[in-house]
Amino acid sequence: MAKTLKTLGEDVWRTKVEKVNGELFALTYGSIVTQLCRDFNNNYAKVNAQLDKMGYNMGMRLIEEFLARSQLGRCRDFRDTAETVAKVAFKMFLNISPAVTNVAPDAKAFSLVFDENPLAEFVELPEAARRRAVGSAAGPVENGDAMASAPAPLWFSNVLCGVVRGALEMVQLQVDARWVSDVLLGDECSEMRVTLIKVLEDEVPAGED
Amino acid sequence: MDQVSLSAFAFLFSELVQYSQKHVKGIQDLEKRLNLVGYRVGQRLLELLVFRDRGSKRDVKLLNALLFINTNVWKALFGKPADSLEKSSEHDDEYMISDNDLVVNRYISIPKEMSQLNTGAFIAGIVEAMLDGSGFPARVTAHTVPVAGFPFRTTILIKFDAKVMDREKRLADK
Repeated sequence: MAKTLKTLGEDVWRTKVEKVNGELFALTYGSIVTQLCRDFNNNYAKVNAQLDKMGYNMGMRLIEEFLARSQLGRCRDFRDTAETVAKVAFKMFLNISPAVTNVAPDAKAFSLVFDENPLAEFVELPEAARRRAVGSAAGPVENGDAMASAPAPLWFSNVLCGVVRGALEMVQLQVDARWVSDVLLGDECSEMRVTLIKVLEDEVPAGED
Repeated sequence: MDQVSLSAFAFLFSELVQYSQKHVKGIQDLEKRLNLVGYRVGQRLLELLVFRDRGSKRDVKLLNALLFINTNVWKALFGKPADSLEKSSEHDDEYMISDNDLVVNRYISIPKEMSQLNTGAFIAGIVEAMLDGSGFPARVTAHTVPVAGFPFRTTILIKFDAKVMDREKRLADK
């Protein structure tokens, strides 16, 4: 191939993409997350799920634009998919290039490590949203709700997992995408793990609402 | 200035609208919700832009505050100033900022039965927060006001609180 994926991504970003202010995007996303936290009463597990769902819907529609602008054909293998997602897709939409790391030996999983995240531009999470301890005895029991025994942290950028999942499903790849670490939670880096579940055969997935 | 693709924003905004639709009982309610989400953006945007463009000095005259929005804010958000800033001839306390092609609305298609809806309510929320935060409390709404050549022109209608108008009058009379 004459052009590398990296060059392709940069070219598309430079020439074929209409741009908007990244701060407006970041603030809008932040406001959406805040709204969800209010609507779901700070039940972060539910917020995470809703963000993933919204991302899924976005991904399903975004793939078409991706294919049209990148003019790319099929990926040879899942590793190729990883590189394409990282160097072309993320570049084209968010102007970032996460690194592909931790590719599983059977090439059925990979990690994307983000050194910059346009969504999290102005974000600091409150203490409660960062808590991850399982079975912490310190706090009072919440409503006697069994589900609340292991509080989930807020995966702020969870929408991106949904986008990856939705977009890949439209090209017949069923994947699981989830954050394993996030700088907003105090981790060293923000890493998304993408695992191939199976290759779909001619199925049209129902849209989630 | 850092940028993202318009598509990314458009898809996100579309999801916001769809999500909001589930929690509301009508167009007015939906616009209020969008306004609220925009309000939070506006609060932060005010801090950011006043710091950058005004050296943290607040505008105290109404017209200057409006010009700040019409020019600086619009330019920061959309790359160009708004298409027009007008004062209502019927109501002293009303002003209108118009945009022929509001970016947030570009990829939203409104079904016929909801033709009253203007998702620019989100932008109205941003403007409202910026005015409230600058000491010019107002009610801000978005309306579709087509003109020749621009069928999707959005007008942001700003209705200032009475005490703002009183204060302006007192400052002018001095």
